[in-house]
Amino acid sequence: MSLELRKVHIRDVVLGGENRLTDGVLFIDTKELESLILEDHRIRSVSFDLARPGESVRILPVKDVIEPRAKLEGGSSFPGVLDESMTAGGRGITVALKGCVVTTTGPIVGFQEGLIDMSGPGADYTIFSQYINIVMIIDKHDDINPHEHEEVVRIAGVKAAAHIGEIGLTCEEYEKTVYDWPVIGERYAQYPDLPKVAYVCNCMSQGLLHDTYFYGRDTKKMVPTMVSPLEFMDGALVSGNCVSPGSKTTTFHHLNNAVIDELFERHGKELNFVGLVLNPMMVTLKEKYRGAMLVADLVESLGVEAALITQEGFGNPTTDLMMACKNLEDMGIKTVIVTNEDAGTDGLSESLPDMVVEADAIVTTGNSNATLLLPKVDRVIGKLEDIERVTGGNVDSIKPDGTLLVEIHGIMGSHNLQGNTLLTAITV
Amino acid sequence: MKRVLFYTNQFFGQIGGEEAAYTKPEVHEGPKGNANAIAPQLADAEIVATVICGDNYYAENMEDCRAYIRTQMEAFRPDLFLAGPAFNAGRFGIACADACAFVEEEFGIPTVTAMYEENPALEMYRKRIYILEAGKSAASMTKDAKRMAGFANKLLAGEAIGLPKEEGYFAKGRRVNVFSDKNGAVRAVDMLMAKIHGEPFETELAISTYEKVQPAKAVVDLSKAKVALLTSGGIVPRGNPDHIPAATAKVWGRYDLSGMDRLEPGAWESVHAGYDPVYANDDPNRVAPYNTMKQLAEEGVIGEIYPFLCSTTGNSTSVADAMRMGEEMVEQLKADGVEAVILTST
Repeated sequence: MSLELRKVHIRDVVLGGENRLTDGVLFIDTKELESLILEDHRIRSVSFDLARPGESVRILPVKDVIEPRAKLEGGSSFPGVLDESMTAGGRGITVALKGCVVTTTGPIVGFQEGLIDMSGPGADYTIFSQYINIVMIIDKHDDINPHEHEEVVRIAGVKAAAHIGEIGLTCEEYEKTVYDWPVIGERYAQYPDLPKVAYVCNCMSQGLLHDTYFYGRDTKKMVPTMVSPLEFMDGALVSGNCVSPGSKTTTFHHLNNAVIDELFERHGKELNFVGLVLNPMMVTLKEKYRGAMLVADLVESLGVEAALITQEGFGNPTTDLMMACKNLEDMGIKTVIVTNEDAGTDGLSESLPDMVVEADAIVTTGNSNATLLLPKVDRVIGKLEDIERVTGGNVDSIKPDGTLLVEIHGIMGSHNLQGNTLLTAITV
Repeated sequence: MKRVLFYTNQFFGQIGGEEAAYTKPEVHEGPKGNANAIAPQLADAEIVATVICGDNYYAENMEDCRAYIRTQMEAFRPDLFLAGPAFNAGRFGIACADACAFVEEEFGIPTVTAMYEENPALEMYRKRIYILEAGKSAASMTKDAKRMAGFANKLLAGEAIGLPKEEGYFAKGRRVNVFSDKNGAVRAVDMLMAKIHGEPFETELAISTYEKVQPAKAVVDLSKAKVALLTSGGIVPRGNPDHIPAATAKVWGRYDLSGMDRLEPGAWESVHAGYDPVYANDDPNRVAPYNTMKQLAEEGVIGEIYPFLCSTTGNSTSVADAMRMGEEMVEQLKADGVEAVILTST
């Protein structure tokens, strides 16, 4: 399996006019995009806005963030979501528009939608402040229930990202990277002197706003599965607008999985990256035991010396993380885990609700309970009051002077548990 | 010029050795004993007085000693309180740390003490005060006095205090967020490589140990017991009157159930962000099974149902907040004669 990823750099975006990409400036025909999105009759209206790095703009409640993608060869950019026929991802040529993202917002679905600040202290806590956000405000019809509402915004986001990606499809200026993923025997045999490493990617699979989709299928209906990292980076995973804003693994994060990037970076130099297991984290204890058992089973079959597990969510999923870590360590597989912490607003509480002694190598992406005072901004895209109802916010979040007091939980991807953040925590 | 009150024991205060360990607290104007090792190194501050107390006396009469210190605090009105260093002396360590904790919490001024890493007072007080690293014995007095003075100067000048390793204090155990120069994925692979090669690495989060909860004894006769229903599933009256947050709740609510046979959909809702609330909103009894409780009471299985639902959202709640809320609920329930509870989660 081989994937050529062409990165097209976007330096500005203009809404309106004909679709085209000229000198790094992306023009989007919003009328055409609107018609496409409104093909879903559950949607009442859709509108578009732009937020650029450094602007005094706040976007909320954000549901998902998606990188625009298109396939030049080899199937669909989000296989299994928009197409009936299944073409495996991770093959052929994919075009990724870098520097811009599709950001979905609109009336709140639940409690798990976050904010993005394009400037000020909040901007430091979200990687999305560094991108031109093509914001899509989606409103649904009244009779659409919460589960459908989530689906509506999820599919609309993916559609828009695929449609916008197409605009850059034939762009001749790009940066090319070719990723190879040979068959298992070849992977195992290559670099015999380097330690073999596996990656276990935990994903939430627990219901509304706690779901992940694999080739369009709800991961609640799966058991842990071996997946190629090339499929990850080629749209096989879509976020079900999943989990609280700070720990969200957005579709952008799946496409640009920080651990996969780093393992490929060192592949053939320091380590031999031989396999990846996708581990859906379910609700009941029995499912957790089953998942952790199968993770260990699959990782063992890869014959690796070491494994890295990343996390999504917190609380009961911490148990999945710890169980998998224990099972791998018990097999003699050296394991590092990535997690956030809930150490309380004062940072004095126990950081995690569950822990095993085998978890002796932990990378933390920060204390999600820590509070941050965000200044008033010139422009809000969305609805500021929704901060009162989402994770990280409460009824006292909006201060009389217009500033906003939030736990960093409320900021999109602030402590992303795939390690796609510089945030960490220390003890003082 | 800033004012400093100094605390030391009978030995370093030059009153006597072990035979003077029951010396009651006394105060001397200016620096006395080992206060003189620190006084000249204070940048813009003077030691206005030295409190000296026997170690045994402090350990056995803590309330008296604190009261004495309170009097001196009020008399001398210092800007900072210094104690020790206590080296590896257990009783002296406790006296220094306890005096600092008392002063800091009662008077809100900064305090500094220092001791050896094995001093038992360290674990007892480290969360509450700055304890600097010191040597095992008085042989390191010069070095320790310098470190204490330097740290005191920073505190008095209102300068930012750096990390424990940089400043030489024992970490208080508070987690604070910082930005690293490498993202979490890069750090994780670094750590993995070190672990593979058997090289030293430092976990970013130490393994926690949790307090074990002893299950209470079984209720002798449930048919005579008053039983309460509690939930961390975020079921509240519609409109969420207490504004219980969707996550990291620090409050809980107590809601009147009298006259109800079940939690009616529409009248109750879930405000918990940690699970799919659709099915709980369809029937709130799925999370807080008051209907079943009521049925059991009618059948005589349960004697009496406590007529309030105690509820919060157990979602990303810190262990400390969860413990506090649990204690608050228990206090209320005990006062109301509840003998057993059913606690549902999600």
